[in-house]
Amino acid sequence: MSLKSLHAQNHSLSLSKEQLHVLEKTSYVSFSKKLNESGLFPLTVKPLEIFQINVGKMCNQVCKHCHVDAGPDRKEIMTREIMLQCLSAIEKSGAHTVDLTGGAPEMNPDFRWFVEEISKLGKKIIVRCNLTIIVANKKYNDLPEFFKQHKIEVVSSLPYFTSAKTDSQRGEGVFEKSIQALKMLNDVGYGKQDSGLILDLVYNPAGAFLPGDQSGLEREFKNKLKTNFDIEFNNLFTITNLPVSRFLEYLERSSNFESYMEKLVNAFNPSAAANVMCRNTISVGWDGYLYDCDFNQMLELKVASPINHVNNFDTSMLEKRAVITGQHCYGCTAGSGSSCGGTVI
Amino acid sequence: MKTYYNPEDLKKFGNISEFEPNLAKKFFDYYGDVFKDGALTAREKSLIALAVAHTVQCPYCIDAYTQDTMEKGCDEAQLMEAVHVAAAIRGGASLVHGVQMMNKYKDLSM
Ligand code: SF4
Ligand code: SF4
Repeated sequence: MSLKSLHAQNHSLSLSKEQLHVLEKTSYVSFSKKLNESGLFPLTVKPLEIFQINVGKMCNQVCKHCHVDAGPDRKEIMTREIMLQCLSAIEKSGAHTVDLTGGAPEMNPDFRWFVEEISKLGKKIIVRCNLTIIVANKKYNDLPEFFKQHKIEVVSSLPYFTSAKTDSQRGEGVFEKSIQALKMLNDVGYGKQDSGLILDLVYNPAGAFLPGDQSGLEREFKNKLKTNFDIEFNNLFTITNLPVSRFLEYLERSSNFESYMEKLVNAFNPSAAANVMCRNTISVGWDGYLYDCDFNQMLELKVASPINHVNNFDTSMLEKRAVITGQHCYGCTAGSGSSCGGTVI
Repeated sequence: MKTYYNPEDLKKFGNISEFEPNLAKKFFDYYGDVFKDGALTAREKSLIALAVAHTVQCPYCIDAYTQDTMEKGCDEAQLMEAVHVAAAIRGGASLVHGVQMMNKYKDLSM
């Protein structure tokens, strides 16, 4: 795999319409039909709880499975002007949580200012931190302290507790740096019992298979990270890889696409479908456009509402919308389901 | 090309109920219970299944339990160690019969 994004390689799958084309050409029953059979179509939304903001596609890593197609060569990042629009939207939205993601959100030059401003609104803040950014450059070494100061919940990816499997998905040397960063987070109290500082880990399979039971994997991760590295964390979230962007490219390249889709479709679970995250979340892109989730964002499927930009945010209007779904959604409804917070049932 | 084993047949395992539904149901219920978390975790059971699959050399089971152990968070070293357990028991089972051979040899020798 090249260390360039699909975008920089001019790969056809960097285009959302090409991805949608690949997804729609599958012979499996359409996701909307499946929802309909469960009485869930059209997929309506519930009161807004989570305001997820993708502050940009720039990242210090180029993970093979990345649905954002993020990397150092991506320059699309949120400006302060859009952030100001987000702040006023958050204030009137009624959401209790702001979830910051990317790319590596910390690489946005206005990241710290933005966090401070959200903090003033009294919202719970989640930062999806890829860990290695903390040790990527001296200027990021104090991130654990900064997170602590704002009582941020840190959610970090660690696909496995050994280097071979982690590095095969996330890049050479990522495991070692991640362990170093986890120690730095532990040192300021993150993941420690009774500290009130939450450090959650995200597990997603390093290949064309589905995640196993979340509690079993959490037990295994806790045991191995404590014994081998003296590292502690709070919860493990298992997340299914959705067939979007670089993971889709991997599936195609490795001839696993059809069998992976079949696995997802066969594991469709109506209870998971009833709890998909897009029902209580809104996702904001780097340029301020609104989406039902980060995956729809990457597929450039804007919300089906006259309000589709953060600049004219209107919660009650947005709550009238139906979610735009597609074949990729099968990734959220397989087995115990999958969301940014792990399983959904 | 026609072969005795077809990967597609693994998905049809449930179809064995077509010829005898009652016993099939009993088997699949039992099978489901066996692999639940119990005194052994589902993960440990899956690794045992992988080792046994190699002993009975069932391509369907090897396919199924490679995937299952991966889903349960096992890595390649753990999968291969399970296969070595199977190989060690198989090899050991042959070799320990060497004692029987030796006994017989000695019985028949002057
Ligand atoms: S998965 Fe996360 S850390 Fe990896 S390239 Fe994508 S945004 Fe960066
Ligand atoms: S992919 Fe997005 S829109 Fe589809 S079910 Fe998952 S969260 Fe909802």
